[in-house]
Amino acid sequence: MYDFNYRKASSVGDAVSAVTGAEDGRFLAGGMTIIPTIKQRLAKPSDLVDLAGIDGLAGISVSGGVVEIGGMARHAEVNASAAVADAIPALAQLAGGIGDPQVRNRGTIGGSIANNDPAADYPAAVVGLGATVHTNRREIAGDAFFTGMFETALEDGELVTKVSFPVPSKAAYMKFPNPASRYAIVGVFVAATAGGPRVAVTGAGPCVFRVAEMEQALGGSFAPEAVADIKIGDGDLNSDIHASAEYRAHLVTVMAKRAVARANG
Amino acid sequence: MTSTVSMTVNGKQVSAECEGRTLLVQYLREKLALTGTHVGCDTSQCGACVVHVDGISVKSCTLLAHQAEGADVVTIEGLADGDTLHPMQEAFRENHALQCGFCTPGMVMSAIDMVNRHDTLDEKTVRHQLEGNLCRCTGYHNIVKAILAAHPVMKGAA
Amino acid sequence: MPEGGIGASVKRKEDFRFLTGRGNYTDDEVRAGQLYAHMLRSPHGHAALGSIDISKAAAAPGVVCVLTGADADADGIGGLPCGWGITSKDGSPMAEPKWPIIAQGKARYVGEVVAAVIAETAEQAADAAELVEIGYQALDAAAVTETAHLDGTPQIHDEAPNNLCFDWDFPAPEAADAVDAAFRAAAHTARLQLVNQRIIPHSMEPRAAVAEYDKGDEKLTLYCTAQAAHAMRLLLGAFVLNQPEHKFRVVAPDVGGGFGSKVAPYAEYAIICWASRRLERPVRWLGERAECFVTDAHGRDHVTEVELALDGDGRFTGLRVNTVANMGAYLSAFAPLIPTYLYATLFAGQYTTPAICCNVKAVFTNTSPVDALRGAGRPEATYLLERVIDEAAQATGIDPVEIRRRNFIAADAFPYQTPVALLYDSGAYERALDIALERADWSGFGARKSASEADGKMRGIGIAAPIEATGAAPSAIAGQLGARAGLYESAQVRFNATGTVTVFAGTHNHGQGHETTFAQLVTDKLGVPLENVEVVEGDTDRAVMGMGTYGSRSLSVGGSAIDRAMDKIIDKGKKIASHLLEASVDDIEFDSGTFTVSGTDRTIGIGEVAFAAYVPHNYPLEELEPGLDEQAFFDPVNFNFPFASYVCEVEIDPETGTVSVERFTAVDDVGNIVNPMIVEGQVHGGLAHGIGQALMEGAVFDETGQPLTGSLMDYTLPRADTVPSFDLDHTVTPCPMNPLGAKGVGEIGAIGAPPAAVNAIVDALRPLGVNHVDMPVTSQSVWQAIQSAKAS
Repeated sequence: MYDFNYRKASSVGDAVSAVTGAEDGRFLAGGMTIIPTIKQRLAKPSDLVDLAGIDGLAGISVSGGVVEIGGMARHAEVNASAAVADAIPALAQLAGGIGDPQVRNRGTIGGSIANNDPAADYPAAVVGLGATVHTNRREIAGDAFFTGMFETALEDGELVTKVSFPVPSKAAYMKFPNPASRYAIVGVFVAATAGGPRVAVTGAGPCVFRVAEMEQALGGSFAPEAVADIKIGDGDLNSDIHASAEYRAHLVTVMAKRAVARANG
Repeated sequence: MTSTVSMTVNGKQVSAECEGRTLLVQYLREKLALTGTHVGCDTSQCGACVVHVDGISVKSCTLLAHQAEGADVVTIEGLADGDTLHPMQEAFRENHALQCGFCTPGMVMSAIDMVNRHDTLDEKTVRHQLEGNLCRCTGYHNIVKAILAAHPVMKGAA
Repeated sequence: MPEGGIGASVKRKEDFRFLTGRGNYTDDEVRAGQLYAHMLRSPHGHAALGSIDISKAAAAPGVVCVLTGADADADGIGGLPCGWGITSKDGSPMAEPKWPIIAQGKARYVGEVVAAVIAETAEQAADAAELVEIGYQALDAAAVTETAHLDGTPQIHDEAPNNLCFDWDFPAPEAADAVDAAFRAAAHTARLQLVNQRIIPHSMEPRAAVAEYDKGDEKLTLYCTAQAAHAMRLLLGAFVLNQPEHKFRVVAPDVGGGFGSKVAPYAEYAIICWASRRLERPVRWLGERAECFVTDAHGRDHVTEVELALDGDGRFTGLRVNTVANMGAYLSAFAPLIPTYLYATLFAGQYTTPAICCNVKAVFTNTSPVDALRGAGRPEATYLLERVIDEAAQATGIDPVEIRRRNFIAADAFPYQTPVALLYDSGAYERALDIALERADWSGFGARKSASEADGKMRGIGIAAPIEATGAAPSAIAGQLGARAGLYESAQVRFNATGTVTVFAGTHNHGQGHETTFAQLVTDKLGVPLENVEVVEGDTDRAVMGMGTYGSRSLSVGGSAIDRAMDKIIDKGKKIASHLLEASVDDIEFDSGTFTVSGTDRTIGIGEVAFAAYVPHNYPLEELEPGLDEQAFFDPVNFNFPFASYVCEVEIDPETGTVSVERFTAVDDVGNIVNPMIVEGQVHGGLAHGIGQALMEGAVFDETGQPLTGSLMDYTLPRADTVPSFDLDHTVTPCPMNPLGAKGVGEIGAIGAPPAAVNAIVDALRPLGVNHVDMPVTSQSVWQAIQSAKAS
């Protein structure tokens, strides 16, 4: 593990100036990805700027048909929130399936989506619910936030302050986990939203993506049968020892079908 | 660059000089000689290093010592009262839930947090909640049994 | 008689220490002035090393020295030794290329040490290692088991043409003729091509070591994660370090699991010992998990064709096995033993097959070396046999249970000489099977299958009847078969003057509960309360020369040595008692801690006898030495043969291919049981290990020798939510070959679970036309098998 300077920020402004003023500064949210990465000498930041001491980044609130989750809210808090479970049970359930209990006790939504691991769970919810990502500088539509493998629309010095999820009429997330890492081999988030059905897939490709054909079909009938025969192409999907692209493509259909069934209760 | 990190560990105020990169588990093992907390992997998965920070179970291999500045930390060494084991420790002993003992400290710390977070527990929930702790000796059978046995004792004592 | 003797589920004496964070593992050992070693490892599967420039690393902050293979040569450091020799069918000895502790000339697997950096801190050593410059020239690799010995495959060692380590026939060339005849006369045959995949041991404690050389008395002390401290000392001292045994102490303190992977001497231990001797400072090394993934000796890795011949009644008449076994890049300490005498000698299983032959080609590849791993050869044997029997059941139309019954060795046929060298000691196979079927509700399976099908799932049930040879070993026989060491066990039982007992044993406890079980032996035989018995193991300066713990040998061999030593204690105690009680020694009886003059009420407790032995004021000094401290070695006359019947029931989600183990019933017979609680724990762990191999675990390398399962992110270990609760029972068929009547228990679960699980999976899939799926049977492989079956 390379050494770095540890800084604990007192405000968002303090954090941003600490990161931008450093040679290679990085924000530290829950640390569940960046600390193992540094431990394995795969990253060598000069400074880590801890966001944990900043007031107001961590809350969860539900009002006016919107669930707002602070960037520093831990997965365990989202999972355990009665308000979230009441408004968007699929979101609480998704948070309860990330990593393991200890990872959920530390990991944050802001850190997760800013990292944009192609197999992470939260990107599926952000896209699947048409959420809005709030940063210290602007609001970014969920659809525009994830730009590629480990790539997001965030600019240098920009950090996620909260994510707002419009409450759908129904939604569900089905994950087929990698048996070793427990990340998603395929995770499908489906939702019936005010703007129409959404189907967001994580794990299968280099970055979360929507399946237009399934969304269209669900617009006709929000039923498992509507998506049961829709196959997605495997040309752009990930392939590894745990799942070939072909198997992943198949699992997208199966998980989508099951997610719709679950959303329908 | 080093600076002082202070916290409460098992009820005692402690402080030590740390680099930025010093992990909580290194702080505990190397600075405080609390070697009951173990390192079993480098990808934050095995759970041998689980301790409680402000009452919540965390993997101390994935937390910087600096992040625990001012925190109240409890390790496996802080559970028993002299010769009297914590109910979870006692349940592990009674149910033969340990063999080589290496995963045991993390298992016990995770198990206590699990019981704290659940009013009721069944086998399926216990197994799912243990996904962050690996054991190679016991096949988990007796660990699950021990946690289910400790749950009513801990809840009754509370 | 105090409580806690043989047969009691005594809670473990060692648990308080482990449960309160007071365990003392190798990495907990801290030495003043210690240095840290960091191993720089080859990132290539096969590469010429070219130039090595250590100058920048050597000048880095905190660095004390940087060691290379050339330095090792210059200092006369030897290669890592192999403890077993195999002779090929043409009479030639196996190819045994040198395994240098630091690569010389070439690196032959990813993870091989190419330089060692010793520095004041671990981070400084790791930082400096990045500054070592090595002019690697990547070479084509041989990384695939089945093709490594074919013409045109890149050559790994000059000493091993075609990468062949040995080409071995067993039991004898004539055996093949008898098997051929059986196949010519067969009414039915069954055949399978199968892979017993490579798995990674993954004890929860990473390997670690601390070496300290004391120039004052020229003594080297090594604390390390070892299952066999004396063997470690012998192999490292005599063959690698040239450190005389009496000037070399090896201590294996608390060890966090071994499973066979902590038996062999490893390069890192040799390197830090050598460095400590050079630098006259303590040097420590702690394996990161990523290092352990590629350097802990892996297990299994066989590609096999098995064929079974049967007569018209479904009786097995001949078995033919052809295997290619992967040794990895070098020969680890017991690697050649595993696919030979620990493997082919088990091909009879629990059955009366009269003619058996096999050929094993052992090959070198550009992969991590392979050695013993929980079962070691016996899982591979049991897997192919129990799988081909299910295939034979299909070929004959006989039910899998019935076909096993028809071929079991009868309970009255023991001792039973198999055609593959072993003489089975005792067994009652059908009884265990009956109990297993009853507990598993075998007859109710149909209803459960229907329920699964109504839920859109498939369900299968499978059986396996494993046997293994444990209790290594009769030394003379082992020697004839190629062992380069004795395989007895040792014990010293010391009464202290105040009547407490210390047992020094040559075995090692890394989870098996010896501190408790061995104390129970003393309580049972000598009547000393359990809390007054202490068991000491794993220190060459304290325990008698023993061979350590592996192969499920500790109780049957080591426990027997303790028993023998206690016999000597009693013999001497009788003499002392006869003096104190003023009676003839022939009239002294001993029971439950008390010496009695036969037919009288004159008695004396063993504690008082011990006190008299150490305070010999009233003592027959002219005839008897003071003290009550006896030592014994036990060299078994035979192996022992635990057996079991397992029933596994799985449910498969046909849409995703996901397999879940719904029920697992295990009926084991491990002879006499000292502590049922501990025995059950051993079975649980073995079963989970076996289910891990069946469903999850598999080390994968690409064609260049690059590991694709180098961390827990890609290598699937069983977790609490992927293994079931187990339903256990046992029968007791005592072993007649040792005084305790005990057989081994540490490995049987890992041996029997894989075929039980795969038989269940194939049972579920057979309606689709699937007759085999290789391990690990992952969701993806089941889904692919279903797709292929549908397509054809």
